[in-house]
Amino acid sequence: MIVKIKNLTKKFYIGGSFFTALDNISLEIKNGEFLGLVGASGSGKTTLLNIIGGLDSPTSGEISVLNQFMNTTSHTERALIRRKNMGFIFQSYNLLPVYSVYENVELPLILNNIDKKSRRQKVLEAIDAVGLSDKINSRPNQLSGGQCQRTAIARAIVHKPALVLADEPTANLDSENSHLIMEIMKKLNTNYNTSFIFATHDEKIMGYLKRMIHIEDGKIFKDEKIKL
Amino acid sequence: MFNFLYKGLIRDRSRSFFPVIIITLIVTIIIFFSGFLNGVYNSLFLNTALVNSGHVKIVTFLYNEEHQLLPNDFALLDIDKKISDLEKKYDDYFWTPRITFAGLLDVPDDNGETKSQSPTIGLGIDFLSNDSEQFKIWDLKNKLVNGRLIDKSNEILISQELSNRLNLKENEIVTFIGSTMYGGFTTFNFIVSGIFDLNIGPIAKDMILVDLKGARVALDMDNAASEIFGYDKELLFNNDKTVELRNNFNFENQNSLDEFRPIMLALRDSNQMGTLVDFSDAIILIILTVFLIVVTLVLWNMGIMSGLRRYGEIGMRLAIGETKNHVFKSMILESIIIGTLGSFFGTILGISITRYFENIGIDYSKGIDSLSSSNFAMPNVFYPQVTSELFYIGFIPGILATVLGTMLAGRAIYKREMSQLFKELEV
Repeated sequence: MIVKIKNLTKKFYIGGSFFTALDNISLEIKNGEFLGLVGASGSGKTTLLNIIGGLDSPTSGEISVLNQFMNTTSHTERALIRRKNMGFIFQSYNLLPVYSVYENVELPLILNNIDKKSRRQKVLEAIDAVGLSDKINSRPNQLSGGQCQRTAIARAIVHKPALVLADEPTANLDSENSHLIMEIMKKLNTNYNTSFIFATHDEKIMGYLKRMIHIEDGKIFKDEKIKL
Repeated sequence: MFNFLYKGLIRDRSRSFFPVIIITLIVTIIIFFSGFLNGVYNSLFLNTALVNSGHVKIVTFLYNEEHQLLPNDFALLDIDKKISDLEKKYDDYFWTPRITFAGLLDVPDDNGETKSQSPTIGLGIDFLSNDSEQFKIWDLKNKLVNGRLIDKSNEILISQELSNRLNLKENEIVTFIGSTMYGGFTTFNFIVSGIFDLNIGPIAKDMILVDLKGARVALDMDNAASEIFGYDKELLFNNDKTVELRNNFNFENQNSLDEFRPIMLALRDSNQMGTLVDFSDAIILIILTVFLIVVTLVLWNMGIMSGLRRYGEIGMRLAIGETKNHVFKSMILESIIIGTLGSFFGTILGISITRYFENIGIDYSKGIDSLSSSNFAMPNVFYPQVTSELFYIGFIPGILATVLGTMLAGRAIYKREMSQLFKELEV
């Protein structure tokens, strides 16, 4: 089990009262899943993704990710879990503009203290996997939106994480690029058995998901396994 | 990781080149401004010290009591021994005798009759001794309008205003009419070797400069002097140091009832100079403090803006597993590098500019000429001064403010919950 959540609640203190973003959620995600947290804006899907990624703590309930009980881990311990075992993909790519594609993808390996020779091999492999070998020395401002997101995917998977968390990865992309991105991630899921969790409300990508967890007003109202 | 961040710093001109340029410019301004204030301060007091007071001076108790009358009958005696003792005891100062005297300067015509006449104040200065540096300190070579420096004890230099009034030219003979140290009437013929303009305003308008030996002969003051002037060997005026020296010297003679006992006066003890010294100290401190605060705020703000601009990058780095501590430390390290480089270049540039103006000066003669006071030796040209503090003063705002600004921008990393931080970091 890669993620195990039991009776999880998250409340935010806003304007003098508490707003319940997640309400008593229980959920299990197995290794190798290709799963979407689906719901409208404000439904709580990004909050759940953040808690799974250790970027936020639950108000109550239990969560363990990659067999680590996240309720009691420190910020530093969670950073180490993310560094070793997780990859992040963001809606706005968040590539570092002064670095090349190669250098952007290299960053997680540097953080993991991988030696230079191994780094090069892994970076080239990741870039090849997203089909950007011809753009290796390009800077983000020389790339299209789709190419930027492919670079971000390469960065997310370069250290072979067990889990990739993607928050609206296709929201800024046109239809063609959205499908291309999803194809790449599906292939990585199949080839490396990497688990993917998406937070999305983009209809275009729903067809690729093997499992959809529908969230509304902080509650899971439907957990749908899809046979492709 | 350091190499990776360093590479980014070099490539991103808005993070490296432009902040370094801004810090360099601000530090340059700080250095020059401080040097200028130091120079003005020292110029004001150096001219006063040269003409009136030394940084410290020694006179007899009675001479001090009636100093406005220039009472050479209360002069110091046995000067050679006194100076030798002072040089041994206070070796960070150099000591030189001075005779200050007043009288009439008479210009005779071809028949020996008075052609013109004027009251004068004369300074007998030890110009012609082998080890004397008085010409250099007074910078008389550059202040000569006509003629040459004196090289004989019966020659004098005369101020431009006085020479104009008496219609005097170099090589003419003038007669000094006054009284000796013993109260007798004296006349003495001097040859005018040159005409000077000290650029110190009205105080020099009736001035003649004579070698000490000539003054001694004219006033019958063998091995005597009105005063012994002491100057810091670097010619830098330090009020606290002179006061301490004065207190120590006078403490040794405090129990003597001898009216001819030597007493030491600091520059601030001269006519109303204490108030001016304190006022100058306070003004310079206030100006520098306000200026430092302003530039600190500017650089602080720059540090904040630089940090805020990188919130997206910081959010991504935290997400991929960099710890808060590491991100924060790398930001601080970066600001230290930028601040140090900017401060270093700013200090070099600032000191170079200050050094340039230290040599050529900044001419304020029109403003100074409008002052009519004759109590204070105002320079017409201010020379900024490179002092030791200029080598480090720019690093205070240059590094400190930049780092503080970055720390303030990075504060969010520590103060916010990660999810809240992520919203702020636009991830």
